[in-house]
Amino acid sequence: MLSRPLFRFVRDDRRINFMRGRHMGLIVSAVLSIASVILFFQPGLKLGLDFRGGIIVEAQTPGPADFGKLRAALDHAGIHPDAVQAFGSPRDVRISINAPEGADREVQTQKLVDGVKSAISAAEPGTQVLRADAVGASVSSELFRDGLLALGFSLAMILIYIWVRFEREFAISAVVTLILDLTKTVGFLAITRFEFDLVMVAALLTILGYSTNDKVVVYDRIRENLRKYRTMPLRELLDLSINETLNRTLGTSMTVFLAALPLALFGGSTLTGFATVMLFGIVVGTSSSIFIAAPLLLLMGEKRLRKEVVAD
Amino acid sequence: MMYYSRLRLLGVAGICLIGVLLCLPNFLRSPAPSLPWRQIHLGLDLRGGSYLLLQLDLKSLEHDRLQSLQDQARQTLLDRSLGYRDFVRDDATASLSFMPRSDAERDAALKAMQSLPPVVPNEFTTSEKDGRIVLTLQHEAMLARAREAVAQSIEIVRRRIDATGAIDPSIAREGDDRIVVELPGVSDPERIKSLLGTTARLTFRLLAPNPSVASPGSTMLEDESVHTQVAVQDHVDVDGTDLTNAGAVIDQQSGGWAVTFQLNSAGATAFANVTRANVGKRFAIVLDNKVIEAPNIINPITAGNGQITGGFDARSASDLALLLRAGALPAPLSVVEQRTIGPSLGAASIHAGVISLLTGLLLVIVFMVLFYGRFGLYADIALFANLILMVAILSLFQATLTLPGMAGMLLTLGMAVDANILINERIREEVKRGRGPLQALQAGFDRATGTIIDSNATAFLAHVMLFVFGTGPVRNFALTITIGIVTTLFTTLLLSRLLVVRWYALARPKELPV
Repeated sequence: MLSRPLFRFVRDDRRINFMRGRHMGLIVSAVLSIASVILFFQPGLKLGLDFRGGIIVEAQTPGPADFGKLRAALDHAGIHPDAVQAFGSPRDVRISINAPEGADREVQTQKLVDGVKSAISAAEPGTQVLRADAVGASVSSELFRDGLLALGFSLAMILIYIWVRFEREFAISAVVTLILDLTKTVGFLAITRFEFDLVMVAALLTILGYSTNDKVVVYDRIRENLRKYRTMPLRELLDLSINETLNRTLGTSMTVFLAALPLALFGGSTLTGFATVMLFGIVVGTSSSIFIAAPLLLLMGEKRLRKEVVAD
Repeated sequence: MMYYSRLRLLGVAGICLIGVLLCLPNFLRSPAPSLPWRQIHLGLDLRGGSYLLLQLDLKSLEHDRLQSLQDQARQTLLDRSLGYRDFVRDDATASLSFMPRSDAERDAALKAMQSLPPVVPNEFTTSEKDGRIVLTLQHEAMLARAREAVAQSIEIVRRRIDATGAIDPSIAREGDDRIVVELPGVSDPERIKSLLGTTARLTFRLLAPNPSVASPGSTMLEDESVHTQVAVQDHVDVDGTDLTNAGAVIDQQSGGWAVTFQLNSAGATAFANVTRANVGKRFAIVLDNKVIEAPNIINPITAGNGQITGGFDARSASDLALLLRAGALPAPLSVVEQRTIGPSLGAASIHAGVISLLTGLLLVIVFMVLFYGRFGLYADIALFANLILMVAILSLFQATLTLPGMAGMLLTLGMAVDANILINERIREEVKRGRGPLQALQAGFDRATGTIIDSNATAFLAHVMLFVFGTGPVRNFALTITIGIVTTLFTTLLLSRLLVVRWYALARPKELPV
């Protein structure tokens, strides 16, 4: 069993003509990305507690939750939640309140969380508080700023890296491809209504890093082949390079996909969204490595690529 | 490169063995207390507990400093027989200003102000504006004060929390003016929140001659025992810093709860002097700008101890005693972020994390054997070593592991085999090109190494940035991935390669299993 691999994704001598579908691929990608940008503005992302501030209390009642009773108890305590909803089992209740307005809103936010806890445990004795989070408005705006900073700096590092490591045409194509990937993922977030919070920023960055890695491997091969086959037409050469790296591209995507899959299935409320977005990102990143990154190079022009590679 | 020196072999084996040893403390009890038994800490999301982010009230620090600066300024002017009028304190601009008695005295007054001792360098500036002399606190200096105050507060916060019996709390500074408090196992932080939200500055001051109206040098404060406003002199006769002990007792006369206190000798002397000189007058006990009670001084109190009876119950009396023993905060702290995870959710998260980790690992292992045969199996062994080394490094640093951290480990394992896949595909290509096994192995490893280092370098840079700029869960995620990249480079470039080379040396195959 160990003497030969049992499976391959594609046969080694298989030559798929990817370049023939390049226009289609670019158009589909562009359309999806534009749609994603529109979705980003309307309806926009659903901000998580980290970034919008406010309160979330998750509790488990001893019996099936009586939402009317809980709402009445909160109302009686002078608390007007924005949502009282079920999640998970019928005993689980999630109460969320947006950050209060006004001068002493920080103090109010913290007071509210205690008020909610005592109101629901008075209404349903034996209620267990699973989670109680309260994020003040000043903290949430800082978290948002820090999250974007982390995203921005990581992106900048990746760009600098590709710029140093490859010629300009490669760097530009890679950046364009990454932007197309990133926008689609943001669009996916807007459609699925997963909450955009700090953990999601980490997911976006991981997707970005993973996708870059994928492109680096394909570009590496293209550059190698440019030196090796000096007369081969660029279109043919790009197809050859994609095909040669196809088993690796699909193999690595598969292992990362397999690793993230259990997180999406069993990861619990914190990680399900994170892992689902990761899975989406892996699929998008892999397909853009094959259908977008190399065709963009073809658009950049054969002459420029050849000239620079042959010169060194 | 196809030959591994004995030294290198021992090195790789040694590192793996050390890794296994470093993992052990997480699963076994320490056999001897003298052993360095370092473990991974479980984060609050896995363990259950509370996270509080406290913010120091910079405005109040400024306000207090302005007040004391005003007192000093008045005293200095008085000492130098310089007159002034219209002495204004403005909290909004963090400044004081007054009009000298005459133009002739203006320069002398300015000099007097410049001679005031700053608490930190460049604390305030003195200037002249429209004939007035203006003292303005500098923001940078106040930030320096805030950092100092945070350092003091951390000590006091620790004492207060320790007194509640919370186990294994972690208290750390964040930024200039914040403190992070983590309380494992505390699922109802309300009492700790109220303890930390109290400044607990206790002062003893005389009531103003006419307690019903505010006059210069006195302030109207709420008297909690009778719910009215009384005018209390700003001058502090005895301060809580002179307390040596406090305790909750049952008052013999009334049968209610009271708090007794003991002053040090300086405090006792001051207390004796004030009470002796003011028999028959009312002496206010003020806690955080609220009058707890204001009894008449019947006899001079010279022993330096006393009792506060202010309508306490058992809880509030023991809390006040605790706060007095722990000391006052230099400035009020307020909670700006609070996250509490109940114990049942923590346990569920551990369960979910471990199940995901094992399932993911299993899927990747099976995939590698099916798609890469023998070399896939070697990759799996390396993968396992990778997991052990990650746990080992996290244990060594006694790092915290959170749910996102576990996700980071899992993704690292998914990415780690990429290196093996790259090498394998290369070897396979070389074989197809008609190279012999040895040349194919050699070329495969050599050509793939550059690509592997490059692709990991990108991920490394991205996640270091994420660690530096990220907060909370993101940092932990970035940390495990960053550590994972280092262990991945070791296990793929050294360990799995070693396995392949050893196998080749022993089996001398005619064909490679690629």
